[in-house]
Amino acid sequence: MTTVSIEQVSCWFGNVVAVNDVTMTIGPGVTGLLGPNGAGKSTLIHMMGGLLAPSSGSVTLDGETIWRNEDVYRRIGLVPEREAMYDIVTGWQFVLANARLHRLPDPESAARRALETVEMTGAQDRGIATYSKGMKQRVKMATALVHDPPVLLLDEPFNGMDPRQRLQLMDLLRDMGRQGRTVLFSSHILEEVEQIATDIQVMVAGRHAASGDFREIRRLMTERPHQYTIRSDDDRTLASAIMAEASVSGVQLDPGQRSTGHGGRSGSGGLHVQALDFAAFVRVLPRLARRHGIRLYEVSPADESLESVFTYLVSR
Amino acid sequence: MNATVARLTARSLLGRRRALLLLLLPAVLLALSGVARALAGTEEDLAVGLLGGFALGTLVPLLGLIAGTGAIGPEIDDGSIVYVLAKPLDRHSIVVTKLLVAVAVVTALGAVPTFAAGVLLTGTAGTLAVAFGLAAAVAGIAYCALFVLLAVVTRNAVVVGLLYALVWETLIGQFVPGAQALSIQQWALAIADEVVGSRAGQLGVTSAVGLPAGVVLLLAVTLGATWYAGRRLRTIRLTSEV
Repeated sequence: MTTVSIEQVSCWFGNVVAVNDVTMTIGPGVTGLLGPNGAGKSTLIHMMGGLLAPSSGSVTLDGETIWRNEDVYRRIGLVPEREAMYDIVTGWQFVLANARLHRLPDPESAARRALETVEMTGAQDRGIATYSKGMKQRVKMATALVHDPPVLLLDEPFNGMDPRQRLQLMDLLRDMGRQGRTVLFSSHILEEVEQIATDIQVMVAGRHAASGDFREIRRLMTERPHQYTIRSDDDRTLASAIMAEASVSGVQLDPGQRSTGHGGRSGSGGLHVQALDFAAFVRVLPRLARRHGIRLYEVSPADESLESVFTYLVSR
Repeated sequence: MNATVARLTARSLLGRRRALLLLLLPAVLLALSGVARALAGTEEDLAVGLLGGFALGTLVPLLGLIAGTGAIGPEIDDGSIVYVLAKPLDRHSIVVTKLLVAVAVVTALGAVPTFAAGVLLTGTAGTLAVAFGLAAAVAGIAYCALFVLLAVVTRNAVVVGLLYALVWETLIGQFVPGAQALSIQQWALAIADEVVGSRAGQLGVTSAVGLPAGVVLLLAVTLGATWYAGRRLRTIRLTSEV
């Protein structure tokens, strides 16, 4: 059983704090490192991969310091986010070179097995420069798997993959997790993470915002107050009707540009609604509109960015 | 020395347009030597001028710069070196391997053509050809070590290297005598001076430093730069992404 431990780790670049006092343990199974862009996910993975020194705290693999310890790469497979590889060689030559760099006893068999695992044998003799983004991603996976490591660290592995490749990689990661490997991958897409991760670590603005089972985090995310922007042909009437609903905590009428709606009724620049119960509100809104004879022109969530979702999680 | 790192480095270094650029410089030297021989015959003064001024003063530093920085710099810049670093390999062995590839390139395209140009210009594989061929070889090693280190410590290795090779050694070195003492070219010339022997002064093969100082400084720069590059590679920061 291989465990990566991060103890009170901070990392800063000049005045920018990329990771701030993070403590987490990554054990066997698939862990999703979730967070918006710039949350510190890559920095954390770089530290776990021994490519970056923590400014404070410690990052260890089964109690062994990772930084400046080349031996840990016998147990770690790393898939970097950056796409650059040795474009002058073929996929086969590149994976074989990685097997040789690991000084494996039978590098050819290891390279063949890794390429089969990622289903790249058909294109293995083509130059890497001719590969699509998804193919490059799979060759990167093969280089990380070539020495059969117990720990796999993947930085945004689904970037650039088409849906079929994405599903295939998801299956692969699930298999790796079932085999008892410690698999950590970063993503800024919740759906990706919840489909394969048994455990989620959420990073926001360099801080460790939440961790645990994805269902619990999903529930927190779904049950937070949701904000909507609504435009109708009679915003004032709709506002008063919405305000009477228990699922709503506030309505603001945006004066905006006044317009005359159908039947001579008066619209406005729209409504900003804060709903406490997201599910109840989306059920009741069309009924209210029908009851009052109001035509809805636009109903759009106003705060669905990952940043706002994660910021809400942090504030809890 | 790691054969796989060497193969990857050689393919990166000699791939694409860089190989053409690397071949262009010795081709120019040999073409100039051929023209000089055809027009002026076997003139030793002309040979010293071309071998010292162009071969040792321009060709070898530029080749050292292209090969030394090219052996590791582009991989650090684009991040692909992560595939070498994320392996259980000693960082010093990575640097030494890359240095050896760069030295092989500079020897093949710098020192050997310098010797060949010497033969062409003097009509014989005699003292001048050997002296400048040897000086080009040792200078090439020191330049490569220095420029590999520069590529590891700064993203502006080519600019800094050009400033050193062309501005410091060639320009400032011509007018400021003290600057010549800190010049790989002058240290290598001390070896050429020794090989040429008693006629060195007469032919103008003179160095700003004596042979012992030249040899010690060449060794110090080569070994020191190689060691420090390995040390810095161990702690290199590949990204500033958060």
